[in-house]
Amino acid sequence: MPTEHMILNFGPQHPATHGTLHMVLELDGEKVAGATPHLGYLHTGFEKLGEYRSYNQFVTLTDRMNYLSPLCNNIGYTHAVEKLMDIEITPRCRNVRVALAELSRLADHLLCIGTAALDIGAFTAFLYGFRAREVLYDLFEAVCGTRLTTSYTRVGGLLRDVPENFAEMARESVEETLRATSEIDRLLTHNRIWRDRTEGVGVLSAEDAVAWGATGPVLRASGVDWDIRKNEPYLGYEAYDFDIPIGRNGDVYDRYLVRMEEIRQSAKIVRQAVADLPSGPVNADEEHAVLPEKSEVYESMESLIYHFKMTMEGHGPTPPVGEVYAATEAPNGELGFFIVSDGSREPYRIRVRPPSFVNFSLFPMLIRGHMLSDVVAILGSLNVIAGELDR
Amino acid sequence: MGSAMENQEERETEGVGSPESEPGAVTKRIRARFGDASVGTGNAVGCESVIAERDALLPFMTFLRDDPELSFDYLVDVTAVDRLRLDEEIRFAVVYQLYSYKHNRRFSVSVPVPEADSRIGSVVSVWPGANWLEREVYDMYGIVFEGHPDLRRILMPDDFGSYPLRKDYPLHGKGERDNFVF
Repeated sequence: MPTEHMILNFGPQHPATHGTLHMVLELDGEKVAGATPHLGYLHTGFEKLGEYRSYNQFVTLTDRMNYLSPLCNNIGYTHAVEKLMDIEITPRCRNVRVALAELSRLADHLLCIGTAALDIGAFTAFLYGFRAREVLYDLFEAVCGTRLTTSYTRVGGLLRDVPENFAEMARESVEETLRATSEIDRLLTHNRIWRDRTEGVGVLSAEDAVAWGATGPVLRASGVDWDIRKNEPYLGYEAYDFDIPIGRNGDVYDRYLVRMEEIRQSAKIVRQAVADLPSGPVNADEEHAVLPEKSEVYESMESLIYHFKMTMEGHGPTPPVGEVYAATEAPNGELGFFIVSDGSREPYRIRVRPPSFVNFSLFPMLIRGHMLSDVVAILGSLNVIAGELDR
Repeated sequence: MGSAMENQEERETEGVGSPESEPGAVTKRIRARFGDASVGTGNAVGCESVIAERDALLPFMTFLRDDPELSFDYLVDVTAVDRLRLDEEIRFAVVYQLYSYKHNRRFSVSVPVPEADSRIGSVVSVWPGANWLEREVYDMYGIVFEGHPDLRRILMPDDFGSYPLRKDYPLHGKGERDNFVF
């Protein structure tokens, strides 16, 4: 019997398409013959806005790119500016940034696994993940003052020092996360339904993963041993004791396993980072780039002048002429910032290399030949963030 | 190499060019294969970079990927810079960020593209991951990637007339909303 392919619009309002994601699926019966993703509903225009903001003002925009782990974006961005300006941050700042980046990774992975499970139909795992994430968000609130739009880093330092009980809170939220992780582990890892829905689905070979530029858990689940924290250590990651989990089959199940193990490894890093939190200032001693201590601003004329020069319109840090590309390992993969400086107070060009955008470009290839119900499984395993994807 | 090279040399004499005047290992390797004048020195901080010619881009990129001493098998990023307000003769530069898993090395290639003839070869045949990245550059800057399998706008509507990341496109739009036909 001759058959015709059917066109099905998936999203932008489908509950599994977090954010505004629109896909046009071409169906052959219940099999997917092709997928055409349509991006761009969000129209955030971060890169254009960046050209009209000073270097410190751009930090607030980096929050909004990834609403699951905004701290990782803050840290990745200031890391790039510091590389451009050749600023060395203080040891205390380094440890705090590492701890917060890894705590964000915990929150991101918990949500990713939780919602991926929810999309496939496992509601309880999602609740466990969200409960633990709440504790992490309480910590972010105590540190940054906000839960979601953290904007915590500054060029050469941090918005302010962490609260006194930071180490204690970090340890507690790590415990809570690990508890939730083992509960999710018991629920899903050997669950017949979960394995049937994820094993052998959306298989990505190591060669394809490399050629398509996949990064993060998507790349590592395909068996490529690569993590920026190990290969090009920044923020002193070389001093931490942790392992990089590697998958074997590159399917949805392996991506889940890699994320689960990354949670445990990140928990290890957080414990190490807060165990020997160095004392001292959190801001680098660079008066032409870093805001002076508030207490000094009230007492010393010099500091008052520098404070003015850092914050007033038309003032702010001025990196030298040049361009820089700096990458950090965000929960989704390589988060890179490419900055072109013309020596003025605003970046001439600021480009974000988003992990989600590149990972998601694999989707049409991964879904071909699978069933319609596998769309949500593969989508969840790629963990696309609309803020990053839609640009 | 033409004007891009000369321009680069001018900037270097002004003292704002590359921090390293001595070419690195990758540049040396490229020059040994393509000749001494093949690439100019880029000005990326903390990473080796070159300014390459547009005309022989595909063999150049294929060499970067396949040469065992370079093996840049991972295309990190493709982006462009509109140098309208920089002191440059050629308006656009397409910038490629590369990484080699084998040698754990990053590298950046910048290719000047003139406004009057804003075309450049697509590298999708070298790295399939360039597909969406090139589409985004096309969408935002209007640079056409020749040989791209599916060059459509990716973020803006298909009938959108201008290129938002160009420097002469204002931050607060210019009334496009009025031009939309619903």
